[in-house]
Amino acid sequence: MTALPPPSAKKLGLVIDLDTCVGCHACVTACKGWNDQGYGAPLSDQDAWGANPSGTFLNRVHSYEVTPETGAPQLVHFPKSCLHCENAPCVTVCPTGASYKRAEDGIVLVNESACIGCGLCAWACPYGARELDQAAGVMKKCTLCVDRIYNENLPEVDRVPACVRTCPAGARHFGDLGDPDSAVSQLVAERGGMELMPEQGTRPVNRYLPPRPKDRLEETAPLAPLLDIQATGFAGWLDRLLDRI
Amino acid sequence: MTRHEPRIDTSPKVSDEVRRTTCYMCACRCGINVHLTSGKVTYIEGNRDHPVNKGVLCAKGSSGIMQVTAPSRLRKPMRRVGPRGSGAFEEISWDEALGIATQWLAPLRATAPEKFAFFTGRDQSQSFTSLWAQSFGTPNYAAHGGFCSVNMAAAGIYTMGGAFWEFGQPDWDRTRLFVLFGVAEDHDSNPIKMGIGKIKERGGRVIGVNPIRTGYNAVADDWIGITPGTDGLLILSVIHELLGAGKVDLDYLSRWTNAGCLIDETEGDEKGLLLRDDLGKPLVIDRRTGDAVPYDTAGVRPDLGAVHKGCRTVFQHMAERYLGADYAPEAVADRCGVPAARIRALAAEIADVAFNQTIELDQTWTDFRGETHDKMVGRPVTFHAMRGISAHSNGFQTARALHVLQILLGTVEVPGGFRFKPPYPKPAHAHPTPHSVYMPGRPLDGPHLGFPQGPEHLALKLDDQSPARIDKAFTWENPLSAHGLMHMVIPNAVAGDPYRIDTLMLYMANMSWNSSMNTGEVMEMLTRKDGNGDYMIPRIIYSDAYASEMVAYADLILPDTTYLERHDCISLLDRPICEADHAADAIRWPVVEPDRDVRGFQSVLVDLAGRLGLPAFVTDDGRPKYRDYADYMVNHQRRPGVGPLFGFRGHGKDVGRGAPNPNQINAYIANGGFFAAEVPDEAKFFKPWNRAYQDWAVGMGFYDTPQPYVFQLYCEPMRRFQLAAEGYHERQPPDHLRDRIRATMDPLPIWYEPFGEEAGAAYPLHALTQRPMAMYHSWGSQNAWLRQIHGVNPLYVPTNVWEAQGFREGDWARLTSPNGTITVPVAHMAALNGDTVWTWNAIGKRKGAWALSPDAPEATRGFLLNHLISELLPERGDGHRWSNSDPITGQAAWFDLRVKIERVDAPDEAQPAFPPIPSPVPPARRNRP
Repeated sequence: MTALPPPSAKKLGLVIDLDTCVGCHACVTACKGWNDQGYGAPLSDQDAWGANPSGTFLNRVHSYEVTPETGAPQLVHFPKSCLHCENAPCVTVCPTGASYKRAEDGIVLVNESACIGCGLCAWACPYGARELDQAAGVMKKCTLCVDRIYNENLPEVDRVPACVRTCPAGARHFGDLGDPDSAVSQLVAERGGMELMPEQGTRPVNRYLPPRPKDRLEETAPLAPLLDIQATGFAGWLDRLLDRI
Repeated sequence: MTRHEPRIDTSPKVSDEVRRTTCYMCACRCGINVHLTSGKVTYIEGNRDHPVNKGVLCAKGSSGIMQVTAPSRLRKPMRRVGPRGSGAFEEISWDEALGIATQWLAPLRATAPEKFAFFTGRDQSQSFTSLWAQSFGTPNYAAHGGFCSVNMAAAGIYTMGGAFWEFGQPDWDRTRLFVLFGVAEDHDSNPIKMGIGKIKERGGRVIGVNPIRTGYNAVADDWIGITPGTDGLLILSVIHELLGAGKVDLDYLSRWTNAGCLIDETEGDEKGLLLRDDLGKPLVIDRRTGDAVPYDTAGVRPDLGAVHKGCRTVFQHMAERYLGADYAPEAVADRCGVPAARIRALAAEIADVAFNQTIELDQTWTDFRGETHDKMVGRPVTFHAMRGISAHSNGFQTARALHVLQILLGTVEVPGGFRFKPPYPKPAHAHPTPHSVYMPGRPLDGPHLGFPQGPEHLALKLDDQSPARIDKAFTWENPLSAHGLMHMVIPNAVAGDPYRIDTLMLYMANMSWNSSMNTGEVMEMLTRKDGNGDYMIPRIIYSDAYASEMVAYADLILPDTTYLERHDCISLLDRPICEADHAADAIRWPVVEPDRDVRGFQSVLVDLAGRLGLPAFVTDDGRPKYRDYADYMVNHQRRPGVGPLFGFRGHGKDVGRGAPNPNQINAYIANGGFFAAEVPDEAKFFKPWNRAYQDWAVGMGFYDTPQPYVFQLYCEPMRRFQLAAEGYHERQPPDHLRDRIRATMDPLPIWYEPFGEEAGAAYPLHALTQRPMAMYHSWGSQNAWLRQIHGVNPLYVPTNVWEAQGFREGDWARLTSPNGTITVPVAHMAALNGDTVWTWNAIGKRKGAWALSPDAPEATRGFLLNHLISELLPERGDGHRWSNSDPITGQAAWFDLRVKIERVDAPDEAQPAFPPIPSPVPPARRNRP
């Protein structure tokens, strides 16, 4: 079993805007591309051109239909990756100490050289955010691009996770959720950012911004006609309209 | 409990080198940084400096590494050795391949150039391929626009000098209401995602009008789940509401459009044309004097309400039509599947933002009549639409209606509104007209494609008035077919109607699969023989980078490179990458060398042009002018000083115009693979009428003299075709087309029922397709990452149909149209118009193609709707089979499809199933890496 560090002041994480995510999967493959050549073992694919292709992804987008009691059904795109929980059950369950949470910034990582691929952490994670790489036999998960965000070989503007850098809609935000003055914390405060499944007691760092209320067009009052065209005829309408030039 | 934090390297070296080029996964053409380590591509990300994507990149672009290493890449030229369609090939050398092509083509050029047809699919070098075909002398050239979105493009150009996507975009930084019609994940995809993000960040609103609530419609603040094919009616009803309330921009209409022009109402051969002065300039009545004067007179104030010699203005004709009861929300609600209250609310919200939330920029500018304005005033409502409303047989008129709506609101080329991207705006009359006069051994008489102004510009043979082109573009059947009709090439060639051809050359066009209507039939046509045992299309040359379904149906394969192994230019002569604030173009260059014996198709064409002695590509003494495509990109001059690339000309400092610069490509590479020139502040809006913009455009080489114009609410060229149908033109349509021309070529937007509705009540549902964002406009299924995201395509069924049929998860259905039947897996979707079913397009693959294993889900459960769609409509009893196309442009009416559905027992695999084709490449390995 592995211990968690004392809660860090700095809590790096993602804020994902469900009002803006169009479900394009850009973050999914940008993550795959970076991490296939980045931290730890590559993200392998099995039966890649065959009948049952499957591979390791650290970030996936799921789509859910929601049918409200009134109004039109909706589709919500929901990107899902490790939430870097403060009470990370995937860490405490790890028999070898391979799963750990960094004391410095709260990022949850897997030390692949200590990972025995037992899969306990994936069972413990209530979010399904970990995937065992079938080729390397080690547990893979979102690293928050720990090899990008501090990387002095990258321009400062690029020191963000690959998913955030690539998101075309700007639906993904990265920052310190431990700092109430950070841009991400402000965004969470303004938009009512949510924890995922708080009842699990995992205290995730990542937050989701809920979709804004939808389908309220009919609250707009209809336009008032210039006049009763039936009564005045087209000529009357034209006179009234052109008087306003 | 233990705790151990290993030391990790948080600053690893990212790569050896970054090479910046242009993506080719779709038509966005984003800038990319390609990271190389030990000479191999290891990572691809967006280029932050690039004007299109500003650093972001979509799922396709980010998976580019899987395209460059895909096992489906063709490896070497091939010659067919078995029957066509059998997939039996032998690999041959390039010398042999080019020798064969020359042997086939040279005699055709010398004797009958029209017997060679050249059509391109996802070609991004059309200014080059069209020049090549023109130089060859065949009238038979076009790209894929005819089965894509020509309705949107042509309607935009005829109405206002450009449409959406490559022509223009919403003012994303200022617009407050964005209304999106139809499937639109398909063009301008990253800029739209970025734009929606910006609008939402500012608290603006997005309204989606689409039968299907996915993608952008899923994040839309309001969703209008319209019935397919009725968008034009909805738009005209919104116009009805706006006019009734006086919520149109009268000042804008009188100054910048032909709303104040007078329409001749006297009977005769000019009825319905604009009244003109002796010099041919349309006349308006000046409110200051009451005199009839040319529309461009200095200081003129056109009177929208004028009547002159019994002739009224365009505005009055429009208002009278659209104020009519036919367009009232109550009258259209049922047909559109949208409640009247919702239509009224849509109009009210549009009007509120347009007229109560105006934007003002402190920027003076001077218009073409010489008046200086001290502000730029804008109305922050914008629209976008592409294939969704285009791909219907009423698509041209629907797209016209949308453009007219924008103009009535005064929201085109103003702050917060729709903005053209240079080199647009460019009205129809400033484009070429079609050219189709061919002679043995001679180039064609001009560019193939263009914008007819009347029947005199149709591509009809001068002797017998029969179609000059194999696709019958620019004929009475579809007079304004500005992008050709690629979907009719194979059926027409096989039918010998209008004539037989000898050699068909296709580039990146999967015509034996997802790019054809009636796929099974097309496969049969490609293998059909005449009485002599010869193929009806005797020779087919095909170029593609991948083992697509089309490969098996060609006789000679010229393997192309992937996008990272080639030179390309995304040129201002063609379809550039400009943004509203910038003119911009870009290149691709070989950031890695091919590891196979393949060549970029454009370089192959340069080589072939030299062998064939095509005039534009050889010197006066017959030697090849260009070494390869890169050499052409630098040294070709379309007009003196104007070439494919507009940056770094002359000694490296000239922009737009300048002598060829031998170091131009290196300069582009050093600049990130693109060049951008900012539009001056004074020229950024009101471009069609803005002197500063017109002068800047001339300096850039877009055109040679300023060419201001006014928007064509009333589209006079269309009226000229109606007049011909009424008997008033020396060129006369065949009698069986007269009524249709009169009805559909209305110079003011109309709505008519899509032709597919004739299928009748037996086919109660509409069936649609869209491409997923992660595969739009791209080769997706052989991509190991993307196929894990979209490997199957169920037919999505709305709740009412799902329940009526008693469907359960995992069920299959038989889907039947007047043209055929398919059996496919179904899935339930609630956020869907109740009369509509849909699926992802082009996920289904033929067994053996794309280096997928034959039991891949794409080949066993994946399917195409194409089998249900015929390129010809059912016979009507008048002896004629009408093309399943828009009668104005010939755009393929993919979305007119009507079907019926019934639950069936699950078959072994989706039906129809075709036998596997042998793969022209070795089997893929199982796992990666």
